[in-house]
Amino acid sequence: MTSASQSLLLSRRDLEFMLFEWLDVEALTQLPRFRDHERATFEAVLDTYERIATELFAPHYQKSDREEPSFDGHTAHVIPEVGVALKAVAESGLFAATQDYAFGGMQLPCVMEKAGLAYLLAANVGTAAYPFLSIGNANLLLAHGSATQIKTFVEPMLRGAFFGTMCLSEPQAGSSLADIATRAAYEADSVLGPQYRISGSKMWISAGEHELSDNIVHLVLARIPGPDGALIPGVKGLSLFIVPKFLVRDDGSLGERNDVVLAGLNHKMGCRGTTNCLLNFGEGTRHRPGDRAGAVGYLIGRPHLGMSYMFHMMNEARIGVGLGATALGYTGYLHALDYARNRPQGRAGKDPLAPQRPIVEHADVRRMLLAQKAYAEGALALNLYCARLIDQMQAETDEAARTELDVLLEILTPIAKSWPSQWCVAANDLAIQVHGGYGYTREYKVEQFYRDNRLNPIHEGTHGIHGLDLLGRKVAMKQGAALDVLRNRIQRTIERAATTDDESLRTSAGALGVQLVRLLLVTRRLWEAPDASVTLANASLYLEAFGHVVMAWIWLEQLLTAQGKSGDFYEGKRAAARYFFRYELPRIGPQFDLLTSLDTTTLDMADAWF
Amino acid sequence: MKALVSVKRAVDYNVRIQVKPDGSGVVTEGVKHSMNPFDEIAMEEAVRLKEKGKITEIIAITVGGAKNEETLRSALAFGADRAIHIKEEGEIQPLTAAKALAAAFKKEGAQVFFAGKQAIDDDANQTGQMVASLLDLPQATFASKVELDGNKATVTREVDAGLETLEVDLPAVITADLRLNEPRYLKLPDIMKAKKKPIDVQSFSSLGVTPGAGLKTTKTSAPPKRSKGIVVKTVDELVAALKGKGLL
Repeated sequence: MTSASQSLLLSRRDLEFMLFEWLDVEALTQLPRFRDHERATFEAVLDTYERIATELFAPHYQKSDREEPSFDGHTAHVIPEVGVALKAVAESGLFAATQDYAFGGMQLPCVMEKAGLAYLLAANVGTAAYPFLSIGNANLLLAHGSATQIKTFVEPMLRGAFFGTMCLSEPQAGSSLADIATRAAYEADSVLGPQYRISGSKMWISAGEHELSDNIVHLVLARIPGPDGALIPGVKGLSLFIVPKFLVRDDGSLGERNDVVLAGLNHKMGCRGTTNCLLNFGEGTRHRPGDRAGAVGYLIGRPHLGMSYMFHMMNEARIGVGLGATALGYTGYLHALDYARNRPQGRAGKDPLAPQRPIVEHADVRRMLLAQKAYAEGALALNLYCARLIDQMQAETDEAARTELDVLLEILTPIAKSWPSQWCVAANDLAIQVHGGYGYTREYKVEQFYRDNRLNPIHEGTHGIHGLDLLGRKVAMKQGAALDVLRNRIQRTIERAATTDDESLRTSAGALGVQLVRLLLVTRRLWEAPDASVTLANASLYLEAFGHVVMAWIWLEQLLTAQGKSGDFYEGKRAAARYFFRYELPRIGPQFDLLTSLDTTTLDMADAWF
Repeated sequence: MKALVSVKRAVDYNVRIQVKPDGSGVVTEGVKHSMNPFDEIAMEEAVRLKEKGKITEIIAITVGGAKNEETLRSALAFGADRAIHIKEEGEIQPLTAAKALAAAFKKEGAQVFFAGKQAIDDDANQTGQMVASLLDLPQATFASKVELDGNKATVTREVDAGLETLEVDLPAVITADLRLNEPRYLKLPDIMKAKKKPIDVQSFSSLGVTPGAGLKTTKTSAPPKRSKGIVVKTVDELVAALKGKGLL
């Protein structure tokens, strides 16, 4: 029967299972940084996130979609509810949650912050994007910015007074960042670091313009010309700059308007609550700081290392994208479940006068619900696992152990981003199906979940890019060190499961063991291919099969945590795991077959034949 | 000026209440609990009055088992300076709770007793009134506006006919209605600060209260399901149907 907790955002019971029963987040309180914490503070934090999500984010979810941001020639207007919600986020200190006490933070572990943010993402992904980007931006500057840059830009961001963006793509350079053309010309040294004048256009900039915050801190990738005036080509020539919407005076007050303007808004399929902008830097027409054209920008760190700094934010953003996809998959599942329990349709027997049964009683509806449960809970578990690794890595003092955690995160990042982006969109597709005709109307939220989620396989590196990243870089890095670490972890789980007296656990462990061996063989086979184009021709397929192996491991971990525990909740875990091992894991057999054959169908196809 | 704010741990307002199969009560095991929303409004009012300099110290108080400490921690994160936990497990009768709250109020020498107008679990709406009677204090219930000035409180209260404004001498009991204010969201750093604030543990016996057994719950049942409606064809039929049900 229905559980007592009725939030349609996330299951608090499941979060507690993952955080406290599986990942043993309480053990983090042994670390000096987290020693003031205890389970009660973690729960109070989740309460705060859940409450703001429920009361201030969820109510304007559909409105911010219907009334998408508008451009008046100068700025972007968003509905007022977004500002109200974000003010509460700022006042509650959620921007600074993981930061030091000295920055107004509560030194919250990353894993708890991600669990909290999942509530905001599930309630309203469009509104949640603003704090998400600001937090990532602040973290990048804390790692690579100077003391004055941190004081001037990060501190207001952590208070929620300034919001942040990341400006990578350009109209002609999206997946191919090597083709970025924005230029940065040195002007003078300043207290905020070497000052440059930036000129160029940046595309797809989420939260690029709005009046929700006092200032906007853009992090902009641009090229510095060499002494001969020539640009260094490729990603190695890129440097990273802070370009604020308003210049900030020494006393922290806002000064001149910088030469960065909104050229237009993109009209998106979903995620409409977040303004998505084409920004022009250095037009020199409307705003001329210091009476000169060119957007004032301050160099972060050293020249030409921009991409390495940006990866700091991108890796965080990628796990964040996976979490957003997960949250949408999860809330879609809970909406579909609620609908299925309350929608009477069809009868058990042939008596037309018998009362109709709720559709949750039909096997095919249960199949669709089980699939969503397996995707959404599996994806959430993987994302929280990654966040837990980040906490562990940041606290780790032993160099070798730290490197191990680092490479493990490197190899899991494309999975944590892409697997939820693929399968939680599939979950939303099934949530619509469960709703039938009603799911296809705008009166129900599931169609919006689907549209909003459809962005996730595209941004922060497309699905295909992550396939290339995984197969071309991550599994090969450091002589396969990352894959070794992951394989060891998966094998340890398999061994634990194989030595229990629970037959279904042993069977699942066996099934995963077979696919793990195949994955390693396929990886070797692909790298033995005659040339790289053959190796990488089916990288997306490799990514998907790899993702399913990882997810089977995550489900086996959950099964082990649930072992010996009874009750509806644990039965549900076992049923979802069983679904995954019966319906999902076998899918990758044919994918491995194809990969092993070094198939060249896609390479052999010619453009003219389409 | 000291204010005592009574906060009760209740089943969260988002939870769909389920009656236990044996009718002995409602399901509370494994169900999310939080501070009674009306008490939260009372708490918010006390904090605002403290911010205005009208109150100098806020003491949160609760009666109940060990888990109620969570509710007190929330109150401390909200802005209470310290807390009193009258720690008693098991069912607590309203009059016993009121006696314990009254005894603590007296002991503290507080000027204002704040509480929600009722708790959303039993909807009894009597704690504030009982405390006032036990201490022979003026009471201003269902407050939608509160002003403190010297030794008087001016309280606007919501009544059936509209708004009524009372002036009461302090010390007094004030209970909060829904529209008094909109409580703030907890600030994460305040959750950490709350851990360091003191909670004084008391009991019925330490406060000289003897638990009574005035009320007995005989049965709990869910409201009857809405029965199927009927469609009538004419006004005459409608009138006849209403008469038949004794509604006309």
